[in-house]
Amino acid sequence: MNLKELFPRNQVIGFVFSLILTAAALTVYFLDLSFQAGMTVLLVTAFIQAAVQLVLFMHAGETEDKGAIYTNIYYGVIIALVTIFGTLLCMTWGYI
Amino acid sequence: MEFFERFAVPHPSPAIYASMVAIGLTVIAILAGLTYFKKWGYLWREWLTTVDHKRIGIMYLISALLMLFRGGADAIMMRAQLAVPENQLLDAQHYNEIFTTHGVVMIIFMAMPFIMGLMNFVVPLQIGARDVAFPRLNALSFWLFFMGAMLFNISFVVGGSPDAGWTSYFPLAGTEFSESVGSNYFMIAIQIAGLGTLMTGINFITTILKMRAPGMTLMKMPMFTWSALITNAIIVFAFPVLTVLLAMGTMDRLFATNFFTTDNGGMDMLWANLFWVWGHPEVYILVLPAFGVYSEVISTFARRNLYGYKSMVASMVIISLLSFLVWAHHFFTMGQGALANSIFSITTMAIAVPTGVKIFNWLLTLWKGKIVITTPMLYSILFIPLFTIGGVTGVMLGMSAADYQYHNTMFLVAHFHMVIIPGVVFAMLAGLTYWWPKMFGFMLNEKIGKSAAWTIAISTLVAFMPMFFSGLDGQARRMYTYSESTGFGIWNMISFIGAAGLAIGFALIVYNVYYSVRYSPRNISADPWDARTLEWATHSPVPEYNFANVPQIDSIETFWDSKKKGHIMFKGDYEKIHMPNNSGMPFIMSCIFFAWGFSFVFAMWIPLIITTIGILVCMALRSFEKDHGHYISVEEIEETETKLRGAK
Ligand code: HEM
Ligand SMILES: [Cu+2]
Repeated sequence: MNLKELFPRNQVIGFVFSLILTAAALTVYFLDLSFQAGMTVLLVTAFIQAAVQLVLFMHAGETEDKGAIYTNIYYGVIIALVTIFGTLLCMTWGYI
Repeated sequence: MEFFERFAVPHPSPAIYASMVAIGLTVIAILAGLTYFKKWGYLWREWLTTVDHKRIGIMYLISALLMLFRGGADAIMMRAQLAVPENQLLDAQHYNEIFTTHGVVMIIFMAMPFIMGLMNFVVPLQIGARDVAFPRLNALSFWLFFMGAMLFNISFVVGGSPDAGWTSYFPLAGTEFSESVGSNYFMIAIQIAGLGTLMTGINFITTILKMRAPGMTLMKMPMFTWSALITNAIIVFAFPVLTVLLAMGTMDRLFATNFFTTDNGGMDMLWANLFWVWGHPEVYILVLPAFGVYSEVISTFARRNLYGYKSMVASMVIISLLSFLVWAHHFFTMGQGALANSIFSITTMAIAVPTGVKIFNWLLTLWKGKIVITTPMLYSILFIPLFTIGGVTGVMLGMSAADYQYHNTMFLVAHFHMVIIPGVVFAMLAGLTYWWPKMFGFMLNEKIGKSAAWTIAISTLVAFMPMFFSGLDGQARRMYTYSESTGFGIWNMISFIGAAGLAIGFALIVYNVYYSVRYSPRNISADPWDARTLEWATHSPVPEYNFANVPQIDSIETFWDSKKKGHIMFKGDYEKIHMPNNSGMPFIMSCIFFAWGFSFVFAMWIPLIITTIGILVCMALRSFEKDHGHYISVEEIEETETKLRGAK
């Protein structure tokens, strides 16, 4: 076994990534951003953060039931988006 | 004294005091009976601590039947009150409480456990597994459901029942308009039961994906198992919405947040919106397993394989997705514009297409079949025309422009009863009768069973058809009385007669159980219906380990092939079998949850903190527990097998 296999490369990358994303999210507090800009930063970093956690730390995609796991995640994402945008449609955009 | 006053019923009546006495006496009788017959140990060892999916299934079914009678009593009271104009049987407040508890009990505490019960009993057997993937979690699911149901059911004698409808719309359900603790019961009891359901969802998806017998690919699974898989997928995606929604509602009621208030930035209609984001998928959670039961029953008694297996699966997958795209059809009149309403109208009508595909597949299965009319088959055949009435009126309601006319009238009430009763209740009764011999080793009497089926089907029509007419005539739902000049009297009288007929039908079922326990022959075979799926390949009643050898699957109907074509399913010698250990933890933890819920309902913070710690301690103990299960030795298997085979 050589050193390369022993070194937890993915975990370290993940860790660094998480730190960067957290720092980016924190800037919203320190910089004087508009509400929209702030929320956008928070949402984008939150989703990337979730993906990093799932793939690098929770090992989605490393086992043979990869297919089932990703189907599940995509299905979940679709339902979440439908719910959010459908709600916006009913409660805000389409509401007279 | 002040402390105790809050537990008093805010709006008492002699009937409620009588119920209190009756409940007290029943509890004493049960406790005394258990002590007298020395059954405490048996109850604890065999039922309260069991992790066996079959026993958990049976407990779900018993709870469901109890709740069916509780909800049925509510229904009879409502129909009696409306039977004649200006009736004084119930006052407005009682009527409100009764229609609220009727809805909640029937959907959450009757239909759901009925489905869970059949799934628990049947799915592991149909896939040739020894139990579910997480047996102890399964026990926890059941006990959480049970404690949620009990908490909800004491509401009418302790503190008062919820009265804002089973949909519990805010702001009506907020503290301003619902001052009593009733709506707290709604939030907390459903929350506890809902947690159990969510766990079941995860448990069964894992079981079905991971624990199928060798050779059983997904496309070789029996249709009921497929429906269970899809249903549980919907559960896992829909129930979190309910969890969050109830948590928000609880916070509005108890911590004065403003999610659903009309001022301070609250959005009152957001409750209705999120409720139906969960609520519409929920109606498909109810109906898909029912479709699964019909698929099994129809192919068994048409004596042929199910027509269109692939399209059945595909239509369920499509339904599962579409069921998340239609929720706004429940509030077309809320104030969205034409664009939003049209979008949801179209998705709503689209869902009738895969449903129609299923109906045609059943008809085509029947077409070339050699039909045998047994009780389960009778329910399935009666289901088709009755459900069609419900479905067609559903499409009518789905047209948003027309819905302004139908919304919140008795027409709507007639629609959903005409889908839920044939769609869910008939299926559950068919399933119960069909799998009864597998559960208990004897059959229910066919003659009484069939007369019950006919009584229930005819009474359903008598009870609910008149509502279509009175609804179109303008009778609003949830109205506790009406004047004579409206002309609704006759329709409601007919409905009352139908409701009484339904009561007779259910009484016949109870009588059937009693009669069959006493007189039904016990020397039946393990496969009394000449059925096609795997659960019939083991003994009845099923031994603890389900199958002595793991079955080898190589077609959709391996068991049928083994009967007709001499295919050998069970190969090799017995080997010792690994089984999970019983545990008292799920029951104890759920009891703590009950106390937790009760404290929450009455805003008693110190008990709430103590019970919260109790729950966390249970979870921590479980994390550190080492429990490797136990083995059943080959000798024990041989002994059981000989005994069960001899009994035949
Ligand atoms: C052909 C498929 C169906 C269509 C197009 C359909 C359509 C609708 C629509 C548009 C409404 C709302 C009407 C209003 O509030 O004015 C409704 C209500 C309802 N439907 Fe259906 N439905 C269908 C099938 C089902 C099934 C299969 C079930 C249950 C097993 C079900 C249960 C309900 C319930 C419980 C309500 C009323 C809830 C309430 O307001 O209390 N429906 N349906
Ligand atoms: Cu709906």
